[in-house]
Amino acid sequence: MTPPQASTLHARDLIKAAGELISSGGRMQMAYAWYPRKSELELRYVASPAAQAPFAVWRCDANWSIPSLANTSPLLSWYEREITDLFGLEFDGHPQPQRLVLHAGAAPTKPPLAPDYPQDAPIRIDRTRQAVPEVAVDEPDVQLLPFGPVRADVLESAEFLFFYVGEAILHYHPRLFFKHRGMEKRFEGLSPERGVVLSERVSGVGSVAHALAYCQAVEAASNCAVPPRARFLRLLLAEMERLYNHLHYFGHLCHTTTLKVGEAEGKLLEERAKQLNTRLTGSRFLRSILALGGLRRDLSPQGWLNHELDRLRDAFARYAKHMESTASHLDRLIATGKLDRRTAFDQGATGPVERASGIDRDVRRDHPYAAYQEIPPLVAVREAGDAHARAQVRMAEVSASIALIQCALDMMPDGPVRAECAITPNSEGLGWTESPRGTLFYAVHVGADGKLARVKIKSPSFSNWRVFPFTVHDSNMMDYAINEASFGLTIAGCDR
Amino acid sequence: MPQWTLLGLLQGKQTAPWPLAEGSDGQAGFLGMPRYHPELCGEGCEACAEICPTKAITMRPESGPDGRLNVDYGRCVVCQLCTEACPDGAMATSSDWAFGARRREDLIWQKDAAPASAADADQRRAFRRSLHVRHVDAGSCNGCESELQALNNPFYNLHRLGIFFTASPRFADLLLVTGPVTQAMLGPLRATYEAMAEPRWVLAVGTCAVSGGIAEGGYASGHGLDGIIPVDVYLPGCPPNPAAIIHALLMFLNRAPQRAKGGQLVE
Repeated sequence: MTPPQASTLHARDLIKAAGELISSGGRMQMAYAWYPRKSELELRYVASPAAQAPFAVWRCDANWSIPSLANTSPLLSWYEREITDLFGLEFDGHPQPQRLVLHAGAAPTKPPLAPDYPQDAPIRIDRTRQAVPEVAVDEPDVQLLPFGPVRADVLESAEFLFFYVGEAILHYHPRLFFKHRGMEKRFEGLSPERGVVLSERVSGVGSVAHALAYCQAVEAASNCAVPPRARFLRLLLAEMERLYNHLHYFGHLCHTTTLKVGEAEGKLLEERAKQLNTRLTGSRFLRSILALGGLRRDLSPQGWLNHELDRLRDAFARYAKHMESTASHLDRLIATGKLDRRTAFDQGATGPVERASGIDRDVRRDHPYAAYQEIPPLVAVREAGDAHARAQVRMAEVSASIALIQCALDMMPDGPVRAECAITPNSEGLGWTESPRGTLFYAVHVGADGKLARVKIKSPSFSNWRVFPFTVHDSNMMDYAINEASFGLTIAGCDR
Repeated sequence: MPQWTLLGLLQGKQTAPWPLAEGSDGQAGFLGMPRYHPELCGEGCEACAEICPTKAITMRPESGPDGRLNVDYGRCVVCQLCTEACPDGAMATSSDWAFGARRREDLIWQKDAAPASAADADQRRAFRRSLHVRHVDAGSCNGCESELQALNNPFYNLHRLGIFFTASPRFADLLLVTGPVTQAMLGPLRATYEAMAEPRWVLAVGTCAVSGGIAEGGYASGHGLDGIIPVDVYLPGCPPNPAAIIHALLMFLNRAPQRAKGGQLVE
């Protein structure tokens, strides 16, 4: 992992720097705030100057008036709103300065991530004070359908507001963060070693991606080396996670296109993958195995996993062939929820969603970690940007994941799986992984006492939920569920 | 479409015979709740209590008949750190997962635990063969949802047991809640419970719903269901696997015995 290039910027230079980055083909990745010292707030921007160039980190003293960069880089809009909610810092000229993470009815006595926020004081929420966007208020034909936060079926909690006329959706507004648990603050004050178990529980179906990004961030901060066998096993675990997630995705997608046997088949293959996870690690979610400096214990995938993956690959190939030759299924996917390349790039789409809109990015290849330097993945890209393209990218990734794991099994070195990782006080590190849903960042700051001072989590679903509404406005109700399934979003990861 | 019919037929029956007949429950190799062996616990050692991230293990003021530790499986997130920290094997890995319990205290380790009685068996008799469940996610990490969604895959095939998830709380007999109950979900959770017709029951799934779990407290999170709505069955686990959820549902219906007593599994 190449460390990011750090630089310090003054608030007045931010817009110019962001503009130059974007006009030279770069992209902002995220922004967050933290307190290096009490009463001294600092902003951090993570940028990607070019696809494969090292990340850049900009520091900016936030005790000045800070201009909003949302008009220069629209994807930063949500990050700035989150900072406003949690740190009380307002951005000048923000185009959409409403609450995001804290709901409109929440009235905290102090910003909850301020150092002097009273510990464990819950922020009560007055449900009668909800903000509803004003959409076509003078049009009597426009109806408002609020759906959620308790929805049909076994689903995560979120509320969706549909402004609709008959079958047509005029405007769509997801109201998220019902599941906000304040996870980032839970890290503060813990020893870095303790943070691993917490990071595994930020997004259950992304346990490996989260814990790995977290471990890599701490390892970068403390200059810890990871033994080769652990790096190969980390790749194996990350790809096993991608497998069961993508298999679940197809089961769910077939559910929305009412392809019943397709749904059963996808979910059955997911179950088989989860049972392989159990056999490998004792956990269906591959938890309790990652540690700072490597793994908590060695795994023995040799001798059986290869054969099981052969079976899974053949079963999936047959399943994919059926899906790709079923007209009723394809009819519902093709041209549904089209996301053009420009919107995907500007609004921050990531993972299979951006790759289905023609953006060839994948941090496994572009910024390799674990053993991806030795075994680079084949990155699938599609241009169409519709639900079908998003499914096709994931389809290619299932086969690629199996190939990566089998390759890792072939090349697996012997040796220890954990090296001592001594924590460096007053340090910081950035860790990243390509989770099944896209790029995930952990920015970790260790304080003078060697404890975690700040942990920022940039989850792929936070990015893709920002993008998703652009494909729903001006679409229709019948396509909604299919389109949502084709994005493969989680809410826990977004809400944290 | 005939290709799909053929694909389905060629697969044969994929559903596990368990729990209706002997056979695999699909959890081979699963690491469940660590088992506490007080007789092996070394004097002066506090390694497990120190490392436990959710205070599921705490030191007793003085050693008694139940050993030196207070072990509350309702707080355990199954991270296995105690089994690695313990030098004496007093906290040992196990495959124990059927931890559904009618009383919260059944989840706390006790040497001689009184067996729990089957509560209001008569009232529940009418629901034995057809139970409708409404699920509410009150701020989970999505791990529990992933396992709840697995219940309807062909392997577990929950429908065959006469248990169904329903869209409306009005049709539901049982409210199944996951997550620690975040501040923002407190209102919607209460409203869902209020919307259910009586008799109504509540199943807390996952350590978060039982006691708050890893993200307990803080400015946005909660402490589980206790004190918010009455709980009829507690099922800790992080997350509980699908077989554990099925066992808890059957136990609720008095179709399976409660196995967790005094924080241990008994046959």
